[in-house]
Amino acid sequence: MLETIYALASARGKAGVSVIRISGPMAHKALGLMASVPKTRQASVRKLHWQGVLLDEALVLVFDEGASFTGEASVELHLHGGRAVVAAVLGALAEMEGLRPAEAGEFTRRALENGCLDLTQVEGLADLIDSETEAQRVQSIRVLSGAIGKTVERWRRDLVRAAALLEATIDFVDEDVPVDVMPEVQALLEGLSRDLKREAEGVKIAERIRDGFEVAIVGRPNAGKSTLLNAFAGRQAAITSEIAGTTRDVIEVRMDVDGLAVTFLDTAGLRDTDNKIEALGVDLAIERANAADIRIFLMDGDKEICLIEPQIGDLIVRGKADTVEEIGDIRYDHSVSGLTGQGVSQLLAAVSKTLSSRTAAASVLTRERHRIAILGAVRALDVAMAELQQPMPVVEVVAEELRTASYALEVLLGKIDVETLLGEIFASFCIGK
Amino acid sequence: MFHVKQFDVIVVGGGHAGCEAAAASARMGAQTGLVTLKRQSLGVMSCNPAIGGLGKGHLVREIDAFDGIMGVAADYAGIQFRLLNRSKGPAVQGPRTQADRKRYRFAIQNILSEYNNLDIIEGEVIDFIQAGTKILGIRLADGTEFRANSVVLTAGTFLNGLIHIGDVRTPGGRSGEMPSIELAKRLSEFDLPRGRLKTGTPPRLDGKTIAWDRLEKQAGDEDATMLSFLSSGPIARQISCGITETNERTHDIIRANISRSAMFGGYIEGVGPRYCPSIEDKIIRFADKVSHQIFLEPEGLDEDTVYPNGISTSLPADVQEDYVRSIYGLENVVILQPGYAIEYDYFDPKALTPGLAVRGLSGLYFAGQINGTTGYEEAAAQGLVAGLNAAAESLGRDQISFSRTESYIGVMIDDLIMRGVTEPYRMFTSRAEYRLLLRADNADQRLSPKAIALGCLGEKRKNLFENKLENLCRYKSELTSVNYSSKQIADAGFKARQDGSRRDGFAVLSQLDGCFDEVAKRLPNFPEIPPEYLVQLWRESLYANYTERQSNETAKLKRDEQTIIPANFDYDGLSGLSYELRVKLAGQRPTSIDQAGRIEGMTPSALILILSRIKSGSSQRQML
Repeated sequence: MLETIYALASARGKAGVSVIRISGPMAHKALGLMASVPKTRQASVRKLHWQGVLLDEALVLVFDEGASFTGEASVELHLHGGRAVVAAVLGALAEMEGLRPAEAGEFTRRALENGCLDLTQVEGLADLIDSETEAQRVQSIRVLSGAIGKTVERWRRDLVRAAALLEATIDFVDEDVPVDVMPEVQALLEGLSRDLKREAEGVKIAERIRDGFEVAIVGRPNAGKSTLLNAFAGRQAAITSEIAGTTRDVIEVRMDVDGLAVTFLDTAGLRDTDNKIEALGVDLAIERANAADIRIFLMDGDKEICLIEPQIGDLIVRGKADTVEEIGDIRYDHSVSGLTGQGVSQLLAAVSKTLSSRTAAASVLTRERHRIAILGAVRALDVAMAELQQPMPVVEVVAEELRTASYALEVLLGKIDVETLLGEIFASFCIGK
Repeated sequence: MFHVKQFDVIVVGGGHAGCEAAAASARMGAQTGLVTLKRQSLGVMSCNPAIGGLGKGHLVREIDAFDGIMGVAADYAGIQFRLLNRSKGPAVQGPRTQADRKRYRFAIQNILSEYNNLDIIEGEVIDFIQAGTKILGIRLADGTEFRANSVVLTAGTFLNGLIHIGDVRTPGGRSGEMPSIELAKRLSEFDLPRGRLKTGTPPRLDGKTIAWDRLEKQAGDEDATMLSFLSSGPIARQISCGITETNERTHDIIRANISRSAMFGGYIEGVGPRYCPSIEDKIIRFADKVSHQIFLEPEGLDEDTVYPNGISTSLPADVQEDYVRSIYGLENVVILQPGYAIEYDYFDPKALTPGLAVRGLSGLYFAGQINGTTGYEEAAAQGLVAGLNAAAESLGRDQISFSRTESYIGVMIDDLIMRGVTEPYRMFTSRAEYRLLLRADNADQRLSPKAIALGCLGEKRKNLFENKLENLCRYKSELTSVNYSSKQIADAGFKARQDGSRRDGFAVLSQLDGCFDEVAKRLPNFPEIPPEYLVQLWRESLYANYTERQSNETAKLKRDEQTIIPANFDYDGLSGLSYELRVKLAGQRPTSIDQAGRIEGMTPSALILILSRIKSGSSQRQML
């Protein structure tokens, strides 16, 4: 049976109303667990309760199969905007059997499969889906860089090792592999399960997800990045000079852009360098820039920007516009001068437009997605460990549960497939008759 | 005067892929010609004399479920049957047998001769007859031409082979099996992407010079598990293998001569399989291991050649003799043929369709080692797929594809055409995501209905299978119609969680650790079920929890697999697709939404755009 999916359907950060959409065979039932289900196609106010707690008083819309955006039975919850309310409702939905968060573009895909959209409508939605995908990607990178990244790497290593040990005893039984791998597998799984449970209760990941957006200014040394940042900020936030390589640390300026919380990052100029301190600055610049929501590539004449590639939604901008005559060079999205302020407001408007199309609450979703991933993995690991406690554990069942855990954790750990496991096996054991 | 003969399908090459392809094509009802250099070498096992194993045994059973020939021949030739992973669950058990080479060849040739619509032609294929991109047939070295609607090429053993023994290099494949140089040249004109691989063999030993009486023996299983669903027990006399191992002296000899090994001397550019390293490799990479096990496998009942499994090598012949004689039991052994490493070309299987047809050409199929795989079973399974599809194309029927959700064959084909190969591709059970469902024991239940629908299951098989399926269904419903309290189950001496719930007879089965003949005595009203059916239902009951979970996953996958992207799909006409993706899609030409979704860098929006174009295309056709 098709799963029931849900997601935040509204955009923009500080909007008054947030809309959560639920679609699939269980949609009406899910609403029924929180409130009485109103008549279809009739906007009604309902108090949403979950486990005895009032979540919000919401405007509720119910659609029948064949009469909704997706063509499936669906529900829309119009909530009172706040992040805590949205997070609470998403949390409640996550606990319901048969429901899961929608993948990027999944509502559209279902609408399409049910014949509720035509090609032109789909083309219009494609940009939106791209920006949603991009927002999720950025959030995940941001989570995994930094301290938690090391922990996550260890989880991956342990899970791969445990699965590889089991697979080695299955696929290479006549070979030179250790016979009783169960104690090591058991120890690895216990550690992993303990960590994951702590993580699910705790906030380590959540801490990494900051509200609002990050926009990185990147370019070659002396392209005028700091001057542009100062122009955005309207104050001397970064030191500027004519000496290339003045900025070495990442300088942040937090601003409100059309109601969106945006942090602009001024980064070290990108070039290959022998200076160790500058090289550290360049590495940091690349790391932060890649984790930003969008990047402004500030071009200085025809000199190429190395070490980093533009991604969807990035802006390619001609800098020092006060010094050049040419207008309308198609290589650039904008031209700007931090010094004279020429083009700055247009650039800010472009930034605002791009960011507005991305769900500002991506962080809430990412946090929720990670929590669900971890809970799914914990469930699988618990079954695996219970099987290992049996007098005659069925090794292929344990392996199956580890596959389920790897699959659940893919969003955090990256893909673990058979090649990963075979690589570990061949590196660890002398296989080959 | 020989006139030009017209076939539906011509299969080039009589190895394991070719024989299976020809047989499959003939079963589909196609008039089939099998062209081979020598009729006598049909069914030759040119490497390790064994069939089956983990993953490989699954493939043989699946071929057998399609009425293929490998399983039956292996059972006729089997001289030592072992079910690998016997102590683990049925999902990961793999039937395997040592096979007598002569008997195997005899069986294959016999089976093939029984097909009325299959002609075996001796000759050397040197050219394709072609009109534009359509292959129309083949031409032999003597000028004879054969026309066919589709051609399956399996003559890929050691294409552009280069044999290494120490620093001596000899161009060529195995003796008498070389594909013609002219054919190789002709193939290169197709301009298909290629790669180079490497593999190795051990020296062959004279069994008369082995001190068998001093060696540890490994016998086959007492109750043999056969490869074919048709077989009931071994036919040939059963024998044991010997076991010995390398020692420090062996390792010293190899280390002292390591620079003379072709692999370590830098003579080899091809990539070898990680799961089949040479003895040199093992000793260098795992330097702390003081010995490596060797299985001494007789190649036949009445021949003396012994295959020492575990010591493939590319050292010079004199060093091979020294190190082999340092091994316990082999002190006086005579080497019949030195081991060697061989490099060879393969064609990138990413250029193939799910039916193993070469994309961009019409009527040409590739199967076997030519696609970068290793092993008889992998070759035969591809032969089956290519043979079925070549016949289908020739007879104007739909192409036949195998899904990852239904078979190891599907897993292998999908791996090959989607990922390509970086080392000789071999099947492992861990490659199958739905391993608990895709068992060797239920290969017939999974695939024979498909074979029946295609009309390529012989009458005998069909009756046997339908009868079996009917009985299984009946016994299962008898099991689900009785139920017991947890106390009853525990009192009868079986495991049961005391949670107060009742379990039906099928659920009780999963708790029986081998006490099959007891259960009907100990539990009241337990249905009388013949042992072979009880065991099969027990296997199913073991994984019942996972069956449902996995079938949810497979349902979604199947839907995506069945959403076909037309071969002429116009990616350029799709606005909103990035240039990079457009190039990738146009280059790789995914055949289904499932394949498209797994292309590196694919985005959800791009997938939706493609899907919407397919949908709008089909609705337009409906309107016309």
